[in-house]
Amino acid sequence: MEKLMADLKAQIIEQLNLQEVKPEDIGDDQPLFKDGLGLDSIDALELIVLMQQHYNIRMANPDDGPKIFQSIRTMAEFITANQKA
Amino acid sequence: MTLNKLNAYTIIRPFHVIKNGEVLVDEQSAGLQEFLRSLYDRFAGQYQKFHKMDLLSKLGWMAAEVLLQDMPMDKYPQEDTALVFANRSASLDTDERYYDTVQDIASPALFVYTLPNIVTGEISIRHKFKGENAFFVSEQFDIPFMTAYVQQLLDTNAAQACICGWIEQYHEDFEAVLFLVEKEGRGAALPFTAGQIEKLYQ
Amino acid sequence: MSGKVLVAGGGVICGIGLHLDACLGSFASMRPGMAPMQYLRSVHKDTFPVAEVKADNDTLAQMAGLPKHTSRTALLSMIAAKAAWESTGLGYLTNYRAGFISANTVGGMDKTEDFMNEFLPDNAKGHLRGVVNHECGAVTELVADALGVKHHVSTISTACSSAANALMYGSRLIKNGIVDVVIAGGTDALTRFTLNGFNTLMILDQQKCRPFDDTRTGLNLGEGAGYVVLVSEAVAAKLPNGAWCSLSGYANANDAYHQTASSPEGTGNYLAMKGALEMSGVAASEVAYINLHGTGTQNNDVSEGTAIVKLFGQDVPPASSTKSFTGHTLGASGGIEAVFSALAVKEGIIYPNAQFTTRMKELPFSPVTTFSTGNDLPHVMSNSFGFGGNCSSVIFSR
Repeated sequence: MEKLMADLKAQIIEQLNLQEVKPEDIGDDQPLFKDGLGLDSIDALELIVLMQQHYNIRMANPDDGPKIFQSIRTMAEFITANQKA
Repeated sequence: MTLNKLNAYTIIRPFHVIKNGEVLVDEQSAGLQEFLRSLYDRFAGQYQKFHKMDLLSKLGWMAAEVLLQDMPMDKYPQEDTALVFANRSASLDTDERYYDTVQDIASPALFVYTLPNIVTGEISIRHKFKGENAFFVSEQFDIPFMTAYVQQLLDTNAAQACICGWIEQYHEDFEAVLFLVEKEGRGAALPFTAGQIEKLYQ
Repeated sequence: MSGKVLVAGGGVICGIGLHLDACLGSFASMRPGMAPMQYLRSVHKDTFPVAEVKADNDTLAQMAGLPKHTSRTALLSMIAAKAAWESTGLGYLTNYRAGFISANTVGGMDKTEDFMNEFLPDNAKGHLRGVVNHECGAVTELVADALGVKHHVSTISTACSSAANALMYGSRLIKNGIVDVVIAGGTDALTRFTLNGFNTLMILDQQKCRPFDDTRTGLNLGEGAGYVVLVSEAVAAKLPNGAWCSLSGYANANDAYHQTASSPEGTGNYLAMKGALEMSGVAASEVAYINLHGTGTQNNDVSEGTAIVKLFGQDVPPASSTKSFTGHTLGASGGIEAVFSALAVKEGIIYPNAQFTTRMKELPFSPVTTFSTGNDLPHVMSNSFGFGGNCSSVIFSR
């Protein structure tokens, strides 16, 4: 889980072009949207692309986004639960 | 009909920045992306969204940043500043980049920039401008047209101030020339005429 | 700077008809234009319904009187612009000081895509600019030449509000005496580019779209073109059948919130509608019908509805989204809906909102669901909101 969360931070910074953010700036439980990391709806869509590209998980319903993309930890838990072996 | 004032202007070309006739930056640069990043570090900072913009938006946004330094716009109601831009290549550069991603997984973050007027949106968001916007596509910077259009916006009170100009970018070719036009003079306070713009653009 | 600007006529081609009368027939018989893709080739063929113009390029080329290889965007533009001009009965366009202000967002992308399909396997470094008529401006020039417009030609590209902005600009040209006649509106053909793009934004509905409905899940893309003919009072006096109505007000505002999403309170929408009312000198209570932007996305409809309630209070006039028939035609939508709205004033038409079942929980009003003519409609408002926060509203008056 720790490894996965570290990977996710690096991938998010890369995918969302967060040039002034370092992985250690993102807390495991920090909210990713709004007041937390300040991501927006387009970033959410990019995260859906990231899930497909890096973890082969397809998210058909964007409404699932807010729950899954709450924090690095919720994303990691979702990936662990849904990744095909 | 009163003569409106051209109170500030900014020109960004490879690889220099001019404001009101003064050369602010003149440097060697590896390319447009790197050049814009160096301008951002120098004139802006603290605006995370900048890094997500496409090159056209970064270019126009940066030119507006430089243009409006020392020219506070908060004396106007938000809906009284208009933005009128034009260019030649629309969003073609980003269209191509987006097109490249479609072969794999299409990028939503790129797709949203496949319209030239997104740059007006980015400048509006940054400065909270809610006035009239227009974006024209033409082969050359049509100065008589642009001046007449802006003149009319101000004369009919559709806006009190207007940021207008040419924001063109395709691959490594780029040019942003922005003008701040107001009814009252301040700053450079040049007469806002096609002849004046022509002189500055050359 | 004086004088009224009048609407002398209009022309439309879209997913519910190759001409305006056919469109009215589709409204009257509640036949939306969305269907499985017939002409566009896409891997999403069976996933997303679209409102295509029901004709292949050869047929369209014949209607337009242009060569077969012309971009579909230009063909649609030519057909609707020609129909608009012919509806006025003003004779030869070349006899007038005329302008052509056309909006589009995709340019000749359809042709470019076909080119790329052949080109990419051989050469990965294709330059789109090498493709003739790709640029938005080229489509306008091509049609202006074919129409014989010489005095003033412009292309506006402000996303989905482009065509409404074309009307604003056209009106100003006439008021300033630069030209006497302007054909203003927009055109866009369906392309894989936009289909894939809207798909990545996850705002395409797999069913027929349901604007202003609580069950809505997105928009359907459409294609087409729509133009009104704007004229000065002097030219209007020569109209054999009189003018349809006047273009009495318009305004454009920026929402200054997000590149693609509308602010929750619909600030830009509100400012545009309010500005248009102020210019026309019409009170909100005098607006008799609103042609909504109404795309069917969660975001647009709640923002637009909220702004309408803020402006009109509890007494919202009859309103509907014709996109429930035509799909969202992007750069063309403001032009197509301007023609519908101007005709609404002339004929007293209130257009229905198809596929409606459930009122939105956020709003105190529901769209109109039946077609009717002969209503008393002194003032009609048409909304067009676009990406980049670009919001426009126009008002047509008797």
